[in-house]
Amino acid sequence: MDAVTIKEKALSAIKSFGLPRLIITGFLLLMFVIAPFADVNIAAGLTNVFTRFGMNAVLVLAMVPMVHSGCGLNFGLPLGIISGLLGATMSVEFAFTGFAGFLMAIVLASPFAIILGAGYGVLLNRVKGGEMMIATYVGFSSVAFMCIMWLLLPYDSPAMVWGYAGTGLRTTISVADYYGGVLDNFLRIQIGHFAIPTGAILFFAFLALLIWLFLRTKTGTAMTAVGSNPVFARASGVNVDRMRMLSVILSTWLGAVGIIVYEQSFGFIQLYMGPFNMAMPAVSAVLLGGASVNKASIANVVIGTLLFQGILTMTPSVMNGLIQTDVSEVIRIIVSNGMILYALTRKQEVTR
Amino acid sequence: MDYSSTPLLEMKGISKEFSGNKVLNDINFKLYPGEILGLVGENGAGKSTLMKILFGMDEIRETGGYGGDVLIDGKKVSFNSSEDAIKAGIGMVHQEFSLIPDFTVGENIVLNREPEKYSVMSELFGKRLNTLDRKEMQRRALKAIERLGVELEADKKISTLPVGYKQFTEIARELSKEDDKRDDGANGIRLLVLDEPTAVLSEHEAIALLKAMKNLSQAGIAIIFISHRLQEIIDVCDSIMVMRDGLIIKHVDKSEADTQKIASWMVGRTVKQERIERSTSHVSDEIIFSVSDLRVEMPGEMVKNVSFSVKKGEIFGLGGLAGQGKIGIPNGIMGLYLASGKVEFEGKEIPLNSPSQALKAGCAFVSEDRRGVGLLLDESLEWNVAFGAMQVKDKFLKKIGPVQFRDNEAIRKVTEEYVDLLKIKCTSTKQRARQLSGGNQQKICLAKAFALEPKLLFVSEPTRGIDVGAKALVLEALRKYNEENGTTIIMISSELEELRSICDRIAIVHDGAIAGTLDATASSEEFGIFMLGEMKEA
Repeated sequence: MDAVTIKEKALSAIKSFGLPRLIITGFLLLMFVIAPFADVNIAAGLTNVFTRFGMNAVLVLAMVPMVHSGCGLNFGLPLGIISGLLGATMSVEFAFTGFAGFLMAIVLASPFAIILGAGYGVLLNRVKGGEMMIATYVGFSSVAFMCIMWLLLPYDSPAMVWGYAGTGLRTTISVADYYGGVLDNFLRIQIGHFAIPTGAILFFAFLALLIWLFLRTKTGTAMTAVGSNPVFARASGVNVDRMRMLSVILSTWLGAVGIIVYEQSFGFIQLYMGPFNMAMPAVSAVLLGGASVNKASIANVVIGTLLFQGILTMTPSVMNGLIQTDVSEVIRIIVSNGMILYALTRKQEVTR
Repeated sequence: MDYSSTPLLEMKGISKEFSGNKVLNDINFKLYPGEILGLVGENGAGKSTLMKILFGMDEIRETGGYGGDVLIDGKKVSFNSSEDAIKAGIGMVHQEFSLIPDFTVGENIVLNREPEKYSVMSELFGKRLNTLDRKEMQRRALKAIERLGVELEADKKISTLPVGYKQFTEIARELSKEDDKRDDGANGIRLLVLDEPTAVLSEHEAIALLKAMKNLSQAGIAIIFISHRLQEIIDVCDSIMVMRDGLIIKHVDKSEADTQKIASWMVGRTVKQERIERSTSHVSDEIIFSVSDLRVEMPGEMVKNVSFSVKKGEIFGLGGLAGQGKIGIPNGIMGLYLASGKVEFEGKEIPLNSPSQALKAGCAFVSEDRRGVGLLLDESLEWNVAFGAMQVKDKFLKKIGPVQFRDNEAIRKVTEEYVDLLKIKCTSTKQRARQLSGGNQQKICLAKAFALEPKLLFVSEPTRGIDVGAKALVLEALRKYNEENGTTIIMISSELEELRSICDRIAIVHDGAIAGTLDATASSEEFGIFMLGEMKEA
């Protein structure tokens, strides 16, 4: 085989994987190579990556249904997160603990996710073409609205309300006594510094399988067609608005489940401005995984989340180790926002 | 007219191919100063291509140039861009307006050719900061308007004007070009091409425009006037040129022409396309499908009041010129555009404005907008073929518990079947629809409709934009499907000959209504008359 064809093959392989993804992967690998020289434990680093993967993957998965139906990236993720927070706080309020607490949080969050998702869907069906812009504001304004509601809603569990007033929820609520770590510690593999939160990853795999199966049903196929060419779908007798609505409800529900999974690993429920900045990292992760505005697969979610969280955890610790000062927060902000900027500019070029 | 002098424009042996498809063949004609030449022909006869060659459009050069010579004042010219054509004094007014709605008439007339004033800023920052010479702009605009001989206020905003006046603004812009400073010494506009300027005008406005054309002609400007309204052509033109299939069929003085004659020149063929012999045995007398008082709000193809009925097993054609509403009919019935009226199929009424109801009743539609409506360009051929049948007829699904999953195996099989049957050229059934050629995409659209196993099939412009070989294959596939399955087919096409070669009966649509229904064997003249809507006068 002569050199030209090898070169061509290499180029086409790079093209199909995506040059940017290749660079990010290379950078991540580089971090792991440098890590020992910066006195960073690779095992601990990997544990961090896997833990954060388990925390965030479901939130990233929440992008998939809406992308499939052509509603664009779910910048309105905070709406789903709020549903999840309502479920989570109610589960704590009713004092469910352990795995039951986790399940009850999901069960209680579901009606909110469905109702809010339906309203969100109606809105998005009216603004076809401008979904992502509108979605961003839906997310932001729902957060603002809930800032009021968290104070007014009649919660009175001592674990959650402000101690001195006795009413209104605190900004951070520990779930350690309720369902903290129920997934992460389920079948946890621990070898020295290295650990894998098996339960969280299995739970994500279960949800991903459900979505994968759904996309292979008659309805799921129709949803993909709506995203691919809505006029074609309409001419084939598909109710485009209903498919879009269904996808928005699904995405919102996944957002709700996603934040509950996040909390069990993180250990806290974050209210008020907590959901405000949750959408961007999820959006950038799925784009980084190779998704475009109208195409996203489960593989995109897995790859994207691993890369994004990998960079986010490894870069600051390696950098800290190298220059011996604590710049972790600065680097975290630069990396995550740089990533968003990169991901959002990337969305322009995907036209397949 | 002084026919003895050198012609202003002469075209000698012009020919043009688009990827092996001959669209112009040995075009020869002369045009003298002040002459108004009427250019008529069916859609696709080659009029626009000829004008594009004259105007030096990029499109022509990008597709391999043209053959023959264009002579201006007896000298051979070859325009490298439309700028060159403008410099040589040729102006063109297109069907679509290129006006800025929020600018005034005057500003639009001199747009991008504004007279400029030198100022301090331009000394500092260069010519781009010259200021506009408003007074001079106004003067030039008024002069052009005056020359056109119409009443048009230069300081009105374009967006507030009726269409006719927008058209006048376009023409005035071409006229104002004579005020531009020219390097080559040529003086202003000498030849004006008007591409269907009256199509969007009301009768009153059209009359004003024709009057303006006569004014210009008297001032020595030659005009090439493209129109489908034959009466106008006869009223205003000095000579009339009829094109068909890339040839000049007739070039006559206006005294030798009348609407009847022009119509038959336009439509008739010297070489008759072979009509495929059809036995009528499979057509029963039972009316299977009837439409009454159909109205469809499809932009550019408005259907105003259409009624017709189709017999079981028939291939029914809907013909007519572009924009007259024939395409709106299937789009309205299949629920893609807002429609009202009554549509009955097999004795049951099909509710309008609902694609799924029409599909469930057993209709299928191959859209004229292949890429927009007909295909999922970014999905596999398998999806394209099977999707409709899957959603409407629950085919290609397997049930696991209560959930219906796609049956990928069945989908692949049916797609392979159609790839074989219709001779679709593709690398695999997993290929994306976008990667196929136009003809093969059209075949995929047919396969999609066939997979629905329809009782009534609408096919809209099935041969638009595909090469001759694929055309024959597509028509043959339709005819076979009709004969073998007894499927009633309603075919819509701008090409009358194509309809005549395959249909049993043909209805001609004019101005949003059926002008008449004829047997496919009727003469070209009869069809021509209906197409031009001249029925009342004849």
